Amino acid sequence: MKDRSIHILNFVGLGFFEPAIRLAAGEETKKNLIALLKKVFLPVLSVGLFLVLWHAGASYLYNVEKDFKIERAKEASGDAGVALELKRIETGESSINSLPSPGAVLAAFKTLLADHRSITAKKAAFKEKVAATNAKREEQGLEPITYTGRPSFVDQIFTSLKTVFAGFFLALFLAVPVGIILGLSSTLRSSFNWLIQIFKPVSPVVWFLLVYMIVKTMTLSYNGDVSFIISFIAVGLCAMWATLVNTTLGVSTVDKDYINVAKVLNLGVGQKVFKIVLPSSFPLIFTGLRITVSVAWMVLIAIELLSQSPGLGTFVWEEFQNGANDSNAKIIAAMFVIGIIGFLLDRLMFTVQKFVTFTEEAAA
Amino acid sequence: METLEQKGIRRSDNGLFEDKYMLDISQLTKIYPTPKGDYVVLDDLDLKVKHEEFISIIGHSGCGKSTLLTMIAGLNPISRGTIIANNETVRGPGPDRGVIFQSPSLLPWMTAYDNVMLGVKQVFAHGTKKDRDDIVKYYLSKVGLEDAMYKKAKELSQGMQQRVGIARAFALKPKVLLLDEPFGMLDSLTRGELQDVLIEVWNQEKITAIMITHDVDESIFLADRVIMMTSGPRAKVGDILEIDFERPRLRKDVLEHPDYYKYREHLIDFLEH
Repeated sequence: MKDRSIHILNFVGLGFFEPAIRLAAGEETKKNLIALLKKVFLPVLSVGLFLVLWHAGASYLYNVEKDFKIERAKEASGDAGVALELKRIETGESSINSLPSPGAVLAAFKTLLADHRSITAKKAAFKEKVAATNAKREEQGLEPITYTGRPSFVDQIFTSLKTVFAGFFLALFLAVPVGIILGLSSTLRSSFNWLIQIFKPVSPVVWFLLVYMIVKTMTLSYNGDVSFIISFIAVGLCAMWATLVNTTLGVSTVDKDYINVAKVLNLGVGQKVFKIVLPSSFPLIFTGLRITVSVAWMVLIAIELLSQSPGLGTFVWEEFQNGANDSNAKIIAAMFVIGIIGFLLDRLMFTVQKFVTFTEEAAA
Repeated sequence: METLEQKGIRRSDNGLFEDKYMLDISQLTKIYPTPKGDYVVLDDLDLKVKHEEFISIIGHSGCGKSTLLTMIAGLNPISRGTIIANNETVRGPGPDRGVIFQSPSLLPWMTAYDNVMLGVKQVFAHGTKKDRDDIVKYYLSKVGLEDAMYKKAKELSQGMQQRVGIARAFALKPKVLLLDEPFGMLDSLTRGELQDVLIEVWNQEKITAIMITHDVDESIFLADRVIMMTSGPRAKVGDILEIDFERPRLRKDVLEHPDYYKYREHLIDFLEH
């Protein structure tokens, strides 16, 4: 049980919990206490330190803005003005939109969750209400009535994940086959090298605009969710380069020993590619895919923001435009959610990568 | 007649007996062009190997032993001269010439079984699935791996990996077996074990074998003839030593044989001058 859970944790890249499990099993107390201190306690401490600094910074910025407002009120209408301004700040009528404190962000996060619960409840109620009508409409061959209210924060997360995965699979199905073909032929490799080098560093924003130009024209008569199509294609095109370059490299640098084996055994082209070249380049291909997922998640926010396709990027932008008292706190909450999801996606790819890697040192 | 056949003498098309070698290398030259002019590794090298003969090639590092072997394997283009293996001119690699590389060169993501099967499938494409399965299992158990057949190659030790390499080469039933310092990367204990494994399998198959080695004792123990190559560049055959021990050989008998030290001295004498 103990060894198994340690094995699994190490496999998914959460190996820092290992000492805790060993400690719980009463194994080499001193050594594992030190390891626990190093791997868990110190990171927690650093997070704590970060929160303290953040809190101090936030209250300093808050006070700067508050003092500025009071000063102005004093200049305008004396002490009475100051009292009034203090009251307005107290009630939130005069908002101070500076860096929110950790507490405010936590509160905003709770608000977002509560909001999600109420929206889910509303949705369910709506569904119940229109169930009879929808059944009737279906009989008449009409489209069912769907809930068109505001999506909740959690809904936005899932929309974003959908976009990122669509983009990732686009990158996968584009970059891996092209990479294999380029890797196999040095002629093709040098033919396309310039194009690849030029397109690789292009900014996500420009990719978005490029995809927008093309997709807009091609979907003139399409009534579906064009913004989703644009954003996932743009995400895929931004993120695919790491996979393309790594696949090409992996395929073109297969160990000479393996190639000699293929030659001595007289393997055909198909067998050579599928039995030798591909498996031996899997580690590099999956390293590329792991980078692709991270890049996809990173550019997604910017692209959603531009394309107005629903998701976390749009959420952040709308909150920024909104400018309510807790908007900034919600943006920071979204930032942490984005960061944590990015981390989990990376761990996911890390695990997949370990499954297909045949050497111990290739996965880092 | 049978004895004649065994010695590599075959009836030719016109009914007469004539010498036919399994491997006939004549005037073989290998030149690597460099910016400073051509670098001649091998110069007009001649070597004939009889049927069912085991020869070892010994010489200093960099004298072109491996170059010679890779040219016979067809992995390295020939600059001048010809190599005729089993009555056919060598033009490229093929399964009639099995190779055991210095590094085991197994595909690490496959099991030992799959590594051997990869070649067997290629060579015995017309056999039944059961036949192929039998061949793979037979050779893997011959080299002492019946319990580790389904282990991934990366999980095997170097010595065990090279055992798979031996099984893979023999399972293809090649006409010529080429061994490129196959035990060079192993510690001396494992090396001894693997020499025993190799000679045991070879005693049953009697495949014409050419082995490159650095190891004087290894060459005496395994070979019928030891080919000594001169130091490069322009390396050629310097001397040939016939090893007259009877087969099958046992390590103990070979070491205790009165001629053993005579052979050993001869080889070391050549290598030191």
